[in-house]
Amino acid sequence: MLGTGILKGMVETAKNFAGSYHDPARLTTVEYPEQRIASKENARQFPMLIHDTEDPMKGLRCVACQICEKECPPQCIYIVKSKDKRADYKGQMQFYPATFDIDISVCMSCQICVEVCPFESIKMNTEFELSNTDRFGGLLIHKEQLAKSNEHYRKIHPTEAAASDAVLAAEVAKAQAKAKADAEAKAAKAAAEAKAKADAAAAAATPAAPKPSSPAAAPAAAPAA
Amino acid sequence: MAELFQAIDQFPVILKHWLMSHAAGVLPEWVLPLLSAALSITPILAVFPLLFALTTVVERKGLGRIQNRIGPNRVGIPLTDIRLYGFGQFIADGIKSLIKEDVVPRAADKVVHFLAPIALLIPVLLTYSVLPFGKNMVPLDLPQTGLLFFFAVGASTELSVFMAGWSSRNKYSLLGAMRAIAQMVSYEIPLILSSLTVVMMAGTLSLTGIVENQATVHFGFLHDWHLFTPWGFVGFCLFLTAAAAEANRTPFDLPEAESEIIAGYFTEYSGFKFAIFFLAEYLGLFAMCGLGITLFLGGWLPPFKFLGFIPSWCWFLGKLVALILLFIWLRGTLPRLRTDQLMGFAWKFLLPMTLINLVVAALWHMSGGAVPVLVRWAVGFVLLAVPYWLLGRGFEVKFTKREYRFAN
Amino acid sequence: MSLRNMVHCALSLVLTFAGLAGLYLQLNAEFVGFTQILVYVGAVSILIVFAILLTRSTEPKDEPATVTPWVGISVAVGAFLTMALAVLASPVGKRLAAPAPEVSVKTLGQKLMTDYVLPLEVMALLLTAAMLGAVIIAMKDKEGQR
Repeated sequence: MLGTGILKGMVETAKNFAGSYHDPARLTTVEYPEQRIASKENARQFPMLIHDTEDPMKGLRCVACQICEKECPPQCIYIVKSKDKRADYKGQMQFYPATFDIDISVCMSCQICVEVCPFESIKMNTEFELSNTDRFGGLLIHKEQLAKSNEHYRKIHPTEAAASDAVLAAEVAKAQAKAKADAEAKAAKAAAEAKAKADAAAAAATPAAPKPSSPAAAPAAAPAA
Repeated sequence: MAELFQAIDQFPVILKHWLMSHAAGVLPEWVLPLLSAALSITPILAVFPLLFALTTVVERKGLGRIQNRIGPNRVGIPLTDIRLYGFGQFIADGIKSLIKEDVVPRAADKVVHFLAPIALLIPVLLTYSVLPFGKNMVPLDLPQTGLLFFFAVGASTELSVFMAGWSSRNKYSLLGAMRAIAQMVSYEIPLILSSLTVVMMAGTLSLTGIVENQATVHFGFLHDWHLFTPWGFVGFCLFLTAAAAEANRTPFDLPEAESEIIAGYFTEYSGFKFAIFFLAEYLGLFAMCGLGITLFLGGWLPPFKFLGFIPSWCWFLGKLVALILLFIWLRGTLPRLRTDQLMGFAWKFLLPMTLINLVVAALWHMSGGAVPVLVRWAVGFVLLAVPYWLLGRGFEVKFTKREYRFAN
Repeated sequence: MSLRNMVHCALSLVLTFAGLAGLYLQLNAEFVGFTQILVYVGAVSILIVFAILLTRSTEPKDEPATVTPWVGISVAVGAFLTMALAVLASPVGKRLAAPAPEVSVKTLGQKLMTDYVLPLEVMALLLTAAMLGAVIIAMKDKEGQR
């Protein structure tokens, strides 16, 4: 009959009204600045730069390769490569970003920079309270603000950070293994050289040692570079 | 004790008399009628806009709760942590609309655009002048034409709506105005016809006379509200439906359907003019509720005789607030109608029902005294329920399980 | 007719209707006065305005009116002055107002149903015929479109 639907609907809304006062399942609103819900692990807002050491500026993983700058669809990343080099986490000499700016008013949080980064350096942050009174300068984030510690990354994205750490550990292990292998090869070569030298000395017993040693040392140094 | 209650009941009247008697010696004679008018108008201008302001907050909070939200609860006293459960909101809103820029479209008809909100607010305020807010509390008692005055003045708001919509030179505004006018004209007929039953029974157009007609007492405690009769109950339901449509309330708020035509006829209004439209709309709703209370809910009368010690104006205000809450509840429940449904409902359902209700009221009036009450009730019930059922069948939608070709 | 815009003309007409209602009220004819507002200001004006909007497809050009307003204004002022002088000169104002007959709605209704029942019925018939005609015209329109 006409009108029964209206009555049913009104009963439903009345239930909602009454329930919102005592039933937490009905009233799911969180009063935001005072109460907060924990950030979801897969949440992402804008990129950040990961650093490993105490000093954020010295420990940045970024080597200013500029891949992210080229890949960024809205082109919101601006990087200036440094003139000098410094040692990275593996001890290799690398460039570092003299300037690294992200314009978050342009950034669309697509995460492509994260996916193309070969150095596990740029990651997505979950910081969202970025409102600012200066809509141009205030939304251009510099590397000082972008730098976040690896501990922070582990805290906000535990699973992802573990994977990232594993990749880095594998890299380090590989580098160490290589260094070890090189060292062993060097030692073996040196031993071989020493032996050859001894043999030569024994054979000739003349002071001509420096000359044959230099061509033998050159191939041993080449793989290390 | 009874005298004390009487004094509280008539407090506004006594106050006015006291002020007038003191002013009579001081002020020149030609000022006195003006002063008397001003003293009658001031409470209306103070109470009802304040009620409007509170209603906006209550409505937002209530709708929030209905939709499982909290609603506004922040704005309290500035510079303190006192939040007043968000009831400072309306002051903030008022200040905001006062200091906002008043944008008038370049192509708009400036004079008509300016006049429209004024021409809307004035008739709406005028309707309050004939409503009896309490015993002896009616600003303008028209013994011959009270109800007619209400409808005549109320009908002239349609033109203001047209002025607003046309002068904005905006297609949405004009569409909204057209919709509003078509709706108001269609629903005015059931509104007037449903009120006519009361006029037939009371035999007067005077609103105070109608209230006094309901003052007789049944069983020693129950006041004879018109609601407590078959034609009165149906008439009240029809009246409320038509009143909601007249006041552009949900589910009849097509003239301002945001999803289709932005804000309807006041799309091009901003700042305080917009606030005036908003105010006029709510005041119109309150006036309609006040009229419904006067016609069907016994005006200032309490439901039971032994509750008579509560002042009459409290009863009026209480019933008004109850009806406003009902409208908020309806707004939180019902979706908006389509234009063809709206017109079909007015002409195919409300109008026949009001006509049948007129016949039932006439039968009730004629059979008074001669026929036993139960028989009258039974006849009235049958005469109203059967057409209701028959007419209502046309509006029932037969839902079949919808088949989606690609989604399944 | 110094207004070029038809809607402005219609709105002015409404103002005239309201003024007429005011005159009725001055004559103590409350019922007629308020009915005038209800019917003319509330309904007839809407009809006129709708008719203007639905029939005129183009906006009127903003060309100046053919007749300058000053002629109309001077004629109106002259006519008003003549009438006012005539009324003031006549003994109408000096006569005591006749005691207003107590015309209640009840007597109005009874008059309509007894003395004036024929005009009422004729009008009702006329209006019904007009309504039927309108409905038939609207129906034919629809069939023609199909």
